[in-house]
Amino acid sequence: MDSLIVRTATKTILPLLLMFAIFLFLRGHNEPGGGFIGGLVAAAAIILLAVSGGVRHAETVTTRQTAQRMMAVGLLLAWLTAVGPILWGKPLLYGYWPPGWEILGIGKLGTPLLFDLGVFFVVIGMTLLVVLQLVDRVEKR
Amino acid sequence: MIEHFLALPVMIPLVTAVLIFFLRSRTQGIKVVSLVGSGVALLLALVLLGQVANGEVVAVQMAGWKAPAGITLVLDPLSGIMLALATLTGLVVQIYAWGGGLPRGREPMSFYILYQFLLMGVCGAFLTGDLFNLFVFFEVMLISSFGLMTLGSTRAQLEGGLKYVVINMVSSILFLSSLGIVYGTTGTLNMADLSVKLAAQSSPAVTAVLAMLFLVSFGIKAGLFPLFFWLPDSYHTPPPVITALFAGLLTKVGVYALIRVFTLIFLQDTDFTHGLILVIAGLTMFIGVLGAAAQNNIRRILSFHIISQIGYMVMGLGLFTPLALAGAILFVAHNILAKTALFLVSGIIEHNWHTDDLKKLGGLLRTSPWLAVLFMVPALTLAGLPPLFGFFSKYALLRAGLETEQYFIVFVSLVVSVLTLFSMMKIWNEAFWKPSPDVMESPGQPTPRTMLFSLAFLGVLCILFGVFAENVYELAHQAAAVVLNPELYQTAVLSDSIDPDLLKSYPQISADFGD
Repeated sequence: MDSLIVRTATKTILPLLLMFAIFLFLRGHNEPGGGFIGGLVAAAAIILLAVSGGVRHAETVTTRQTAQRMMAVGLLLAWLTAVGPILWGKPLLYGYWPPGWEILGIGKLGTPLLFDLGVFFVVIGMTLLVVLQLVDRVEKR
Repeated sequence: MIEHFLALPVMIPLVTAVLIFFLRSRTQGIKVVSLVGSGVALLLALVLLGQVANGEVVAVQMAGWKAPAGITLVLDPLSGIMLALATLTGLVVQIYAWGGGLPRGREPMSFYILYQFLLMGVCGAFLTGDLFNLFVFFEVMLISSFGLMTLGSTRAQLEGGLKYVVINMVSSILFLSSLGIVYGTTGTLNMADLSVKLAAQSSPAVTAVLAMLFLVSFGIKAGLFPLFFWLPDSYHTPPPVITALFAGLLTKVGVYALIRVFTLIFLQDTDFTHGLILVIAGLTMFIGVLGAAAQNNIRRILSFHIISQIGYMVMGLGLFTPLALAGAILFVAHNILAKTALFLVSGIIEHNWHTDDLKKLGGLLRTSPWLAVLFMVPALTLAGLPPLFGFFSKYALLRAGLETEQYFIVFVSLVVSVLTLFSMMKIWNEAFWKPSPDVMESPGQPTPRTMLFSLAFLGVLCILFGVFAENVYELAHQAAAVVLNPELYQTAVLSDSIDPDLLKSYPQISADFGD
């Protein structure tokens, strides 16, 4: 699809969407939101690039290989925060909340935030990988 | 402390898959990491089995959220045995594939990553104490097995894969809908909690409907009559090493789920439900073996035998006595070993002679006598000849049938045994005994040693489990006794359950959980 309006709008919307994704990710700590939905929004921002200017254009921001790596790194991060507690004799996925660690607007900080960050990356990576591959196929026709 | 290790059989394959990803195209490294991962998983499974072999039931709540609100993992002797067998199959198949069981041109990374995810799904299904998580692990298994089945994307594979994935999706949708009904009527998906609540509930109609929905959806996974047709249509299409993996792992998870659900949750009207299961068992074993008799390709014959043997396992569940269930568990164990071994033999035959059509094969006894031995041991185990492992599992089942005076099913299973032996002898006569036909090529390259080694290992296990049948039987009996005593399971999960007063302070939750 080649449209001047979409291309121009994308330039403005892209940073907004990415910021919104980070907002959703942090908000999910205590309220509706979280790594999964945040990751989807972030992936949607980059997919917007692919729709307006083609896969090439989108890959100036994130190549498919980076997306793959994001997936693996995110999975590893989530895995480490899930399994870590077992070393301290706690059940899987147990959350540790260091006392006194608090940020305005987010609330307490704890290891579940790291787990969610992992989910965030897995979702971005997976969504981009699938969509970019499909868009690429369509373009090559 | 040991209860925290319960999650590791699920987590180890996951991290192995991630590590394999980072290695990318370094094939040798991928193989080493995957093998080490499977080895660690097997060791863990054996340690866990050792912990519960005395009939203990161990439960752990993820993140410390108490049951029935949290996610529960439960280990009892049955799930311990299944875990050990699944990880063992995985390791053996890995060793087999080391020397090149995968046809050329296929990306090794995809195979190993998908294989690890499959193992994760299977281990998770054996460990979970929560119906919704069972669904999630089924999906993990389904997606990764679909990937494995179509790896290489030949036409036949895509056709078989499509049938496989569509019918399994139907099963998943049925499962999910019945989960909705379960949650709507009882307000819980925790198996132990559900077992308590359904026992106290007094609406047999709803329970009967639920039981049938679960029977159909797990029946598709397990390959029960009349829902088995996807299996022989798809199992012969991927490379043999992948079929061997599926034969060892996939349908048995369906059988496990049936045993779990029909010994823990649906116990209100056992005359009807277990009677029906018994009828289905008889039909499954008979139709399966008849289907096998009509086939001429080794892998197709073996695929139909998977179905026939599922009938025996479910027969143990239908008879519903400690001896029968012990027999069913032994049968699952012997079947995982023998079936995997037989598919691996067909893999070697295809590797050397590029066909598994019995008409184009022959004279293998002369050209490769060792292969003949390695075929004969699992084949005779499968047919249930003493002193091999298969005999003892069949003996336990038949005896249980006689004790409960279900003479007809005993008669059917004996006939099916003879037909199974006939089928195995057909492969033996055609592929090994008769003179080789003129069209047959000579083997291109020598069989990799790892293939023969993994097969020999399975064969030795079939013999050893037969020799030490008493110890193995005791373990299976212990598992059956625990499974038939749902209170053990309930106490393990619910002894430290959430405080009802706490629930009352959250109106929404307490409305869901009831009183």
